[in-house]
Amino acid sequence: MSEHLLSLVLFTPLAGMLVLLLIPGSRKNLIRLWANLVGAAGFLVSIPLVLRFDKSAGGFQMVERAEWIPSLGARYIVGIDGISLLLVMLTTLVGALAILSSWSAIEERVKQYYAMFLLQQTGMLGVFVALDFFLFFVFWEVVLVPMYFIIGVWGGPRKLYAAIKFFLYTLAGSVLMLLGILTLYFQHFRQFGFYSFEIAELMKLDLPPGLQQWVFWAFFIGFAIKVPMFPFHTWLPDAHVEAPTAGSVILASILLKMGTYGFLRFSLPLLPKASIDPLVVQILIGLSLVAIIYGALVSLMQQDWKKLVAYSSVSHLGFCTLGIFALNPNGLAGSVIQQINHGISTGMLFLIVGIVYERRHTREIAEYGGLAHVMPKFATVFAIAMLSSAGLPLLNGFIGEFTILQGAFEANRIWAAFAVTGVILGAAYLLWLYQRTMLGQITNPKNLRLPDLNLRELAVFLPLIAWAIWIGVYPKPYFEVLEKPVAEIVERVRPDYFRQAPAAVAGLEVLR
Amino acid sequence: MSAYYTSVDHFALIPALMLALFGCAVLLFDFLVFPSPRQRKWLLVFLALGVGFAGFGLARQQAFLAEQGLSDFTAFHGALTIDGFSIFFNWIFLAASLIVALVSYKYLEIEGEHHGEYYGLILLANCGMYFLACGTDLVTLFVGLELMALSFYIMVGFLRSDKRSNEAALKYLLLGAFSSGLLVYGFSILYGLAGSTRLGDITAAVAGRSAWDPLVFLALTTTAVGLLFKVSAVPFHMWAPDAYEGAPTTVTAYLSVGSKAASFAFLVRIFLGPLAAAREVWVPLLSAVAIATMTVGNLAAISQTNIKRLLAYSSISHAGYILLGLVAGNATGIKGVAVYVLVYTFMNLGAFLVVVALRRKDILGEDLEDLGGLMRKSPGHALLMLIFLLSLAGIPPTAGFLGKYYIFWALIETRHYLLAVVAAAYVAVAVYYYFRVVRSMFVAEAPDREPVASSFGLRLALGVTGLLTLAIGVYPEPWLALAQTSVLLR
Repeated sequence: MSEHLLSLVLFTPLAGMLVLLLIPGSRKNLIRLWANLVGAAGFLVSIPLVLRFDKSAGGFQMVERAEWIPSLGARYIVGIDGISLLLVMLTTLVGALAILSSWSAIEERVKQYYAMFLLQQTGMLGVFVALDFFLFFVFWEVVLVPMYFIIGVWGGPRKLYAAIKFFLYTLAGSVLMLLGILTLYFQHFRQFGFYSFEIAELMKLDLPPGLQQWVFWAFFIGFAIKVPMFPFHTWLPDAHVEAPTAGSVILASILLKMGTYGFLRFSLPLLPKASIDPLVVQILIGLSLVAIIYGALVSLMQQDWKKLVAYSSVSHLGFCTLGIFALNPNGLAGSVIQQINHGISTGMLFLIVGIVYERRHTREIAEYGGLAHVMPKFATVFAIAMLSSAGLPLLNGFIGEFTILQGAFEANRIWAAFAVTGVILGAAYLLWLYQRTMLGQITNPKNLRLPDLNLRELAVFLPLIAWAIWIGVYPKPYFEVLEKPVAEIVERVRPDYFRQAPAAVAGLEVLR
Repeated sequence: MSAYYTSVDHFALIPALMLALFGCAVLLFDFLVFPSPRQRKWLLVFLALGVGFAGFGLARQQAFLAEQGLSDFTAFHGALTIDGFSIFFNWIFLAASLIVALVSYKYLEIEGEHHGEYYGLILLANCGMYFLACGTDLVTLFVGLELMALSFYIMVGFLRSDKRSNEAALKYLLLGAFSSGLLVYGFSILYGLAGSTRLGDITAAVAGRSAWDPLVFLALTTTAVGLLFKVSAVPFHMWAPDAYEGAPTTVTAYLSVGSKAASFAFLVRIFLGPLAAAREVWVPLLSAVAIATMTVGNLAAISQTNIKRLLAYSSISHAGYILLGLVAGNATGIKGVAVYVLVYTFMNLGAFLVVVALRRKDILGEDLEDLGGLMRKSPGHALLMLIFLLSLAGIPPTAGFLGKYYIFWALIETRHYLLAVVAAAYVAVAVYYYFRVVRSMFVAEAPDREPVASSFGLRLALGVTGLLTLAIGVYPEPWLALAQTSVLLR
């Protein structure tokens, strides 16, 4: 079993889903119980990945390979490095918690709901562990269908519009990405005489800069829509607002990371010349900065609690892409950590919205106020989530944003200056949200008798809070895990970086 | 055996002979041996036997080619060529015939038009398709085409008391006859150029002339128009939605896969054979037609409310993708055409079979609304339909993705980047209307409480098409190996 650990992690949810299909649909509690067990099992089997992961080794670990479609050159290759390790752990944990959080929220068509959820779980894990571009693409597309249903069947009033918008946007991006993949695939055949989708093989390609640019933009469309980067973000608020709580959590915490992961795993290493091109970098940084500030400004004026959190995602993901295209170790490592942070904090924020929504069936911020009086536990949890999202020191958000800003500062001070405004605005809209909903006197009589968090709901939050504090207080293991893969990407994109700037490398040491 | 009918001729002909013999036998037995309606199931058994024998003959041909290490052999002085290409397509035709016949039994009973000759016509149409896949002589090809088309004219109008069916049949007949006329006109010029009806001779004669020679051009355009009519490419597609809507749904299914696949086999034979030398003329022509076909097919499908019309427009758009494989024209492109036709057959057939199941007592079951609440009413049908629609849209890991994948790959290889981008963009458009159907099935409420039609044949056929649509997508290797042999065109 040990040599197939990744496959085990990958297919546990799928196997659980197949068994789930055998349970009769009328036995709702049995279905819920089984789905939760599968979710928990999915997380438990992924823990050995952490234990067995060797921080000092470069490259990919726990690699498994098998023939799949020889006549296309597509193989089943999975493996992880530090970046995918963190994202896999985020997926298994948040996935399990999202399943737990749906217990009382989903009453209709329970069986289909959990089946879709588990299928999606396998799809997302596949995206993060696939080392074969074809396999990656298959998983990438597999994720779309369950999410369409989760939004479209269990969502809010405009669910159908939101679901198809999400689907079409992402699909349009990914078919263009497919053309980019095929271009690399064909170039590989021309240079080496055989077809392969393996990333390690495609890295050997020697491509002219012009071609790299075309492929880069094809990938960009696919990944940027997923992230989503400005101006491709318009599907996100719709999808988030209409999706059921757990769907929003998965969407924000994990699905969006598929885009940033795509940049890290494919765009940068496979197309180094295009990624370092000044014009490309300027455009991407420009879009990231616009996303940071625009997302924050739009958040400031939202009347809808969930929409506010959705737009804050645009802003936070802007930080992640800013870190990536700062193209130095600080920026990249900060970006990955910020992706995890965003998964934790925004996941919590969506869960929080879900909890009040379940009690009051409205998300209008004006409907609330003074909730801290009746829901003290809830108020505490919300405070922690909000502060972690706003980047308060000793919580996770600070570490990510600080490292990214450090990377941005090293690359260009003006970028960092713009990004810092985003941090300030971020604190502003989050604190204001907290003030409007939690503090003061209860003005709306409907809020007087709201029950506080129950044990199950608390159980959903506790692991995330613990994780947020761990990253905030002791981030060293995370930087260690990321050191090698990040160095490999930088080495690949800027081969002379480590020789020219030893001081910058030492910059990372500040945090250790 | 004489010099006019050698054992090789016999070997090449046997599947067609079986189909024709059993087809005629069904027609005769229908009123001579099994006059009672209750004995009609024996006709279905006869059909299965006929397809079985034809399949056996086909398997023998395949084994023969493999044993001898040959790429092909010819019979009747070159009028028939048995090669990987013909065998591949013939397997598809046989599978389609059998599946359609299986589901027709129940469907025709519900329609109240169950007549034995239906099964005979299926076999005769299949016999015509056989010649379209392996004919290498203009006359053989034309006779095959007409045999197939005539059988279809009757089958489309099979619902005698239904106005729509009659209208569809007449429209199909008139436009079909018109296109056949154009095609024959083109053939006559090709014959005039070469002094022979053998494709090989014509290839040589056309190659001896300049690609822009006016005679070649005239032959090319008239032949192309005739062929594009048959595959329902824009701007020669207007018959398709009406014929598809009016015809009995089982016939629509057969028409949309069998007739289309056969016409594509025919089209590939002509364009990569006699007209290969004029490639520089027809590549821009076919590119424009392919783009127009995808555009019209996909955009017109968006506003359809009748599921049969929607699938008709979708099948028009699929013709556009298949044509792109021919535009690329390299080995990947031809293999792409073969793979696409293969996956298209099963997924499209499957989608129509679900529509067949929706036809119940007094309920037409053709409106998008009739699919409403299918997930509650019959989850099996809804999930299968979902698989077929995802496959039609080209989402992995279903089979349809593989077809599109090959087409894109071939276009990239031959540097048709713009075509590739256009084709890719239409994938997103297609998802929009396929998901209107999905939305109806999974979100909308059911308009009635009548359960969907069900019979052993229907369940079996749905199971097989669904399984294949998934299996080809998840583990395509054996199917790709099969398609590989079809690239060895003569």
